Amino acid sequence: MATVIREGRIANDSWRLLDAEIARLSYPAEDGLLPDFPANPELIVPLALWRRRREDLLERGGRLGVRLAPEDTAETIVADLGHFDLVAVEFPVFTDGRGYSTGRLLRERFGFRGELRAVGDVLHDQLLALYRCGFDAFALREDHDAEAARAAFHEISSFYQGDARDSRPLFRRRVAAEQGALSVRSGTASERRVPRCEQRE
Amino acid sequence: MYRYDDIDQQLVQERVAQFRDQTRRFLAGELGEDEFRPLRLQNGLYVQRFAPMLRIAIPYGLLSSRQLRRLAHIAREYDRGYGHFSTRQNLQLNWPKLEDVPDILAELAEVQMHAIQTSGNCVRNTTTDHFAGVARDEIVDSFVWCELIRQWSTFHPEFAHLPRKFKIAVNGASADRAATFLHDIGLHALRNDAGETGFRVIVGGGMGRTPIIGHAIREFLPWRHLLTYLDAVLRVYNRQGRRDNKYKARIKILVKELGPAEFARQVEAEWSRLADGPGTLIEDEVRRIEARFTRPEYETLAPFDVGYEARRTAEPAFAAWIKRNVHPHKLHGYAAVTLSLKRTGVPPGDATADQMEAVADLADRYSFGELRVSHEQNLILADVAQRDLHAMWREARRIGFATPNVGLLTNIIACPGGDFCSLANAKSIPVAEAIQRRFDDLDYQHDIGELDLNISGCMNSCGHHHVGHIGILGVDKNGEEWYQITIGGNQGLSKAVAPAAAGTPAALGRVIGPSFARADVPDVIERLIETYLEMRDSEHERFVDCVWRIGIEAFKEAVYGNRDQRRSHRERQLAAA
Ligand code: SF4
Repeated sequence: MATVIREGRIANDSWRLLDAEIARLSYPAEDGLLPDFPANPELIVPLALWRRRREDLLERGGRLGVRLAPEDTAETIVADLGHFDLVAVEFPVFTDGRGYSTGRLLRERFGFRGELRAVGDVLHDQLLALYRCGFDAFALREDHDAEAARAAFHEISSFYQGDARDSRPLFRRRVAAEQGALSVRSGTASERRVPRCEQRE
Repeated sequence: MYRYDDIDQQLVQERVAQFRDQTRRFLAGELGEDEFRPLRLQNGLYVQRFAPMLRIAIPYGLLSSRQLRRLAHIAREYDRGYGHFSTRQNLQLNWPKLEDVPDILAELAEVQMHAIQTSGNCVRNTTTDHFAGVARDEIVDSFVWCELIRQWSTFHPEFAHLPRKFKIAVNGASADRAATFLHDIGLHALRNDAGETGFRVIVGGGMGRTPIIGHAIREFLPWRHLLTYLDAVLRVYNRQGRRDNKYKARIKILVKELGPAEFARQVEAEWSRLADGPGTLIEDEVRRIEARFTRPEYETLAPFDVGYEARRTAEPAFAAWIKRNVHPHKLHGYAAVTLSLKRTGVPPGDATADQMEAVADLADRYSFGELRVSHEQNLILADVAQRDLHAMWREARRIGFATPNVGLLTNIIACPGGDFCSLANAKSIPVAEAIQRRFDDLDYQHDIGELDLNISGCMNSCGHHHVGHIGILGVDKNGEEWYQITIGGNQGLSKAVAPAAAGTPAALGRVIGPSFARADVPDVIERLIETYLEMRDSEHERFVDCVWRIGIEAFKEAVYGNRDQRRSHRERQLAAA
């Protein structure tokens, strides 16, 4: 079974991405009927297929995910977000950074709480930024060592900006920390003492 | 100097460890060349014509003597004993070994330096006025804002893979010494009538093969909103900038295609969702950053130092240096000094390790241990007491950094060009040298007056040729090196006086005609200069202002002759090609 990295762990993946079959599933077969969807309880469909067979997909029951290409904006699926347990954002090449904005918007602006999965050319060295943009599942490219890639989440422990994990930039976390509330570290960072602000000395 | 706090320090150290592991994986074959490329680029490492090139960030051009000594040490230990100060206020090493780079970065981290985001398609080092904090025409000290932008841009999660590189410049004085109209984003720090700080926001300027003067999309953005507004601009660009063609991927093309008004509308729409959110700056933070900057402990000095005045009268060479290389300071009795890295025979911007150490000593002795790198590839000691100028000058002369040519023709800006850069069409360093030799006579240079001559080895314009009063661009014709010449470019308003008298605004140079072989370039420059000297209104009219007043026709004619002569020139050229 395929695996994904989910919240820092390697997990079995039960989702099936309907990618190769999109053409077959989009049009009526020789008998004039639209083909049935595979029996998997968990399906990820490309946006085009969702648009074409929305009612059938909703009727089918089971969990549903949608896959966005880089040019599909978060805004295009806002109205439908309630139907999806998963949104997969595609990175055809890892240097195409549009999906980072898509992730943040889905999480921060449109409040998507399901699984946000990065698919395609997803590599060890992009994981941390993706995570900060709200992605919580990563279908790592097959030639990358998933076990080793888990280290990516801990390579840098603190960041200046706010992100999809913690909307507060460091300067607000600092203020909160000074008021005794929380650690200044962002994201998954493990325990660390709040540094004194020696600039005040 | 900005001093790191624990978190700043930890971040650069973790970055070193991260890159060490990435380099290890690459060398072990676990990481392909294509995957390693953006990682090394985001750590400043290019693969050049002969060896990797490492670009070290000098945030907003500010350096301490301790940092400069470390750079000298790195140049000596890991390179061939010299470095190149670039037009982006960075330092480039041309011969480091890939496997040494993690160690070099570790050495940098020890002195609060790094090479983060000095290349790659991300937000690059923010540049500013090299007289920030000391200029008489200063409105707002830009360093604090530059540091805030540095922090905001460092490892920004959303903007690590933009369509193309992204450069921000901040200027806080009435003269524009940061070329803000020629950056992806240019910021003018201002004060409104109520005395509050804010920014005029200019987007979509740039050089390269499609040079464009930027457009102001906001006249006054209150300081609180600076970072959220930057987020909004970058987000619009990240989502919509072209990714299908790298020559159309800069933000300037998007702004041009949408039109500045539509681009501004989209930015405002995006920003309206971010405004007043958690990214909004708070006063405490600005104060905190301000307080982390060390400031010189100035003395109260008399406006004029008697000894200094006497020397100036008695020693013409000293006076000539004062005239060109010493600049007014906001405090009485102090001056800012440019150490010229433009001595004839030395590639513009190059400095040896020994020279770096000597400059570090000068900074310690005469300028509170700090210095700046200017985008004109010179070094600046910003806080020298007038009474020390003479002694300092003598020492600067000894190390070859006192050529009194700042603002003059031989203060050439040139990119590394074909001698080092694999993208080059043509060499730039020998051209600079030939011109410097031709105009070696300083009196003549002084007579010509202020003139920016900029050379790029290719359309990427690292030598800022578009905004040179005279610009020289290396072009390739059937595999041969040729040079195209533009005149009338300007990096921005140059004088801190009423707008009407402030000279030519930011402008792009216009091509005078077909290009030239390398050997002809000094002649052509000479003819341009002669024409200017003939045509100028008075010696107060600079070359660039003269070009804008009379147009380029007279210059063209001087260079190519009249139309018939021009045609035969073209034919000869075709025959030669
Ligand atoms: S302008 Fe061209 S030749 Fe010069 S450094 Fe830039 S890329 Fe290289």
